Amino acid sequence: MSEQPKFKVTIDNITVEVPVGTTILNAARMIGGDVTPPAMCYYSKLEGSGGKCRTCLVEVSKGSEKDPRPMPKLVASCRTTVMDGMEVKNITSEKVLEARKGVVEMLLVNHPLDCPVCDQAGECHLQDLSYEHGASTTRYEFDRRTFEKEDLGDYISLHMTRCILCYRCVYTAEQLTNKREHGVLDRGDHASISTLLGKSLDNEFIGNVIDVCPVGALTDKTFRFKNRVWFTKPVDAHRDCPTCSGKVRLWMRGDEVFRVTARKDEWGEVEEWICNDCRFHKKETKDWIVEGPSKISRHSVISQGHYVGVKKQPVLIDKVIGKDPKLLLDIHSISDVNRPEVELSKIAGPARSDDFKNTGK
Amino acid sequence: MKLLLEHAHVEGIRYYDTYRKHGGYRSVEKAFKMTPEEIVEEVKKSGLRGRGGAGFPTGMKWSFLAKPEGVPRHLVCNADESEPGTFKDRYLMEFIPHLLIEGLIVSSFALGSNATYIYIRGEYAWIVDILEQAITEAKNNGWLGKNILNSGFDCEIYVQRGGGAYICGEETALIESLEGKRGNPRIKPPFPAIQGVWMRPTVVNNVETLAAVVPIINNGGEAYASIGVGKSTGTKLLSVCGNVKRQGIYEIDMTQTVEEFIFSDEYCGGIANGKRLKACIPGGSSVPILPANLTLKTAKGEPRYMNYESLSDGGFATGSMMGSGGFIVLDEDQCVVRHTMTLARFYNHESCGQCSPCREGTGWMYKILKNIEYGKGKMSDIDLLWDIQRKIEGNTICPLGDAAAWPVAAAIRHFRDEFEWHVNNPDEAQNRNYGLAHYADPIHVPASA
Repeated sequence: MSEQPKFKVTIDNITVEVPVGTTILNAARMIGGDVTPPAMCYYSKLEGSGGKCRTCLVEVSKGSEKDPRPMPKLVASCRTTVMDGMEVKNITSEKVLEARKGVVEMLLVNHPLDCPVCDQAGECHLQDLSYEHGASTTRYEFDRRTFEKEDLGDYISLHMTRCILCYRCVYTAEQLTNKREHGVLDRGDHASISTLLGKSLDNEFIGNVIDVCPVGALTDKTFRFKNRVWFTKPVDAHRDCPTCSGKVRLWMRGDEVFRVTARKDEWGEVEEWICNDCRFHKKETKDWIVEGPSKISRHSVISQGHYVGVKKQPVLIDKVIGKDPKLLLDIHSISDVNRPEVELSKIAGPARSDDFKNTGK
Repeated sequence: MKLLLEHAHVEGIRYYDTYRKHGGYRSVEKAFKMTPEEIVEEVKKSGLRGRGGAGFPTGMKWSFLAKPEGVPRHLVCNADESEPGTFKDRYLMEFIPHLLIEGLIVSSFALGSNATYIYIRGEYAWIVDILEQAITEAKNNGWLGKNILNSGFDCEIYVQRGGGAYICGEETALIESLEGKRGNPRIKPPFPAIQGVWMRPTVVNNVETLAAVVPIINNGGEAYASIGVGKSTGTKLLSVCGNVKRQGIYEIDMTQTVEEFIFSDEYCGGIANGKRLKACIPGGSSVPILPANLTLKTAKGEPRYMNYESLSDGGFATGSMMGSGGFIVLDEDQCVVRHTMTLARFYNHESCGQCSPCREGTGWMYKILKNIEYGKGKMSDIDLLWDIQRKIEGNTICPLGDAAAWPVAAAIRHFRDEFEWHVNNPDEAQNRNYGLAHYADPIHVPASA
């Protein structure tokens, strides 16, 4: 087998080699950490997704080795493939950060911000995004747009006001099920996810639209208002399912299974699709073979304190700015508690007294 | 100088016999004796630029068309003319439909398209009948169908009606709509020249561009290039509306000054009702508005001409664009705030809703402009508007975001005092529906050139 040709791409001063045809976003995900642009609509498992939310805009300061001209506009990194010798600026570009802040503001313009009653709160990508990139106040002074309520059947509840029109659920239904029954009606800011003539969604795999939804627009009706996600404990489990892989994540409190979802990777994307039967009907512990606690990002509010075995995002700031960041205050120099030989960033999760006792002497 | 509209007013030119009598379909006879490459070369030589708005050289666009073995190629005629202020294609198709059909046959031959489509906007319902009749006539006389003029080349032209969406004038949205899908613009690349209709190489051209191929073939590319100035070659159709004495369609060779065009009796005949010129939008609603002094003279003080280069002289700070040729003239009685609000409402209504900046930003701008127009605005709203348009422009998939942002930006740039007047005089702003005449004195312009 011959070697696959590879392209060299530099993102925020960090160079990686990626296979030909990789998008900038995926190249950045290989590096990980802060240089990865956020993505609200792109979903690596869904063909044709991406390019819509504009949160992943990056600046291409050098097109390629052959054609070093910079690209005139910011480009959507999820849909732009890398060229050899391309140089990309994400967090090092003022322009990108400003545009991204603008996009977050636009996404929130008509978002109801009803997080206190939203089932998605705690695992909502829009929450993460606005926390990281948004402003703390809004300049929007008008009534937010509302929609007539629509019933999508017994399993899925639709809150159109929360929708950011990422089209992920449309692609999911298109590519996963044999007949897509919902889509986007109307256009512009009154566009909405809807079914024709109020049909319900009852395909075997349609439950996956809940998992791909980045916000709380599509949520699980069987879990509706039952609990907050951060009070439930995620546990990986599997069962012998005739229709799907059966590999799921159970959200439990004590012995009670509150919710079943697919397992998600570090980018919040489903690893393997699961069927409606697993998702909505198997809500007993005896239905499942439990594997152990799920690995959840240490920055998540879910699973407080359960950080064991979590893949840590690399800290790359020294490489991005080309020097060690200047500390505003070195805690070691003034604190008697923290001993300088203990590297705080090496400790997984919150520091406990054991971490300090066992090092050194 | 008339090339396209030379015979437009001959009685019965809409029908094949009269059109043929006046030299129709000569270019097809000539073109079929040439090779497709020679035709493309001729179009390149002519310097013809896309007449749909962007002004991209047509010959270059044609030469980008991918030609993989065994894959059909398509030519699509963009007749989805929905830009407010633009109605030149309608005139062309309504009066001399055969000119378009003729241009389409020649272009199809040059590009190797056996199935050519005319995507026409849904509101032009009656023009569909005119075009279909012209196609039938052309077919009956052997200009379309199998083995045209014994050349071995087959070509069919199909007319497809749109559903009334501005966004379907964007070429990739048009392609999606033509395929029967929701008219959402595609993300480029891949460009239509590589993957267009049904993922086949496609060229999308404006009606006027394709019609201009006819005189190029008839007279030769060099003869066409000798008309006009610099890179603005040939003739351009302009649809004039607004407060001028004589609105309508004009064909110009792009050598006139704007002043001559607005004030001379040969063209618009000056501002109606003895009013003064206040502002002008030279290329359809999405290009920046220009105040009177910048309309007639560039920032350097040179007279502004009616061509691509001169109209965009000074960039967006002091210039505008040729655009699609929708020439809108505003007299001193017109209110720029209200005008901008109307445009913002249009773009809010027509945004497809894919990209978040355009979907949410256009609605936001419209609401703010509505507040300002009706006397509920704040001073900070003007800066907010400026900030919103800056965050939309350039950050969207298709140019609709830019098209929504530019008019607002230009209105604030050149007419900020009017916005401020609206904020400072809420009662008066509320009580008047239009014609906020005498607060911002328009720049004095001589009544005739």
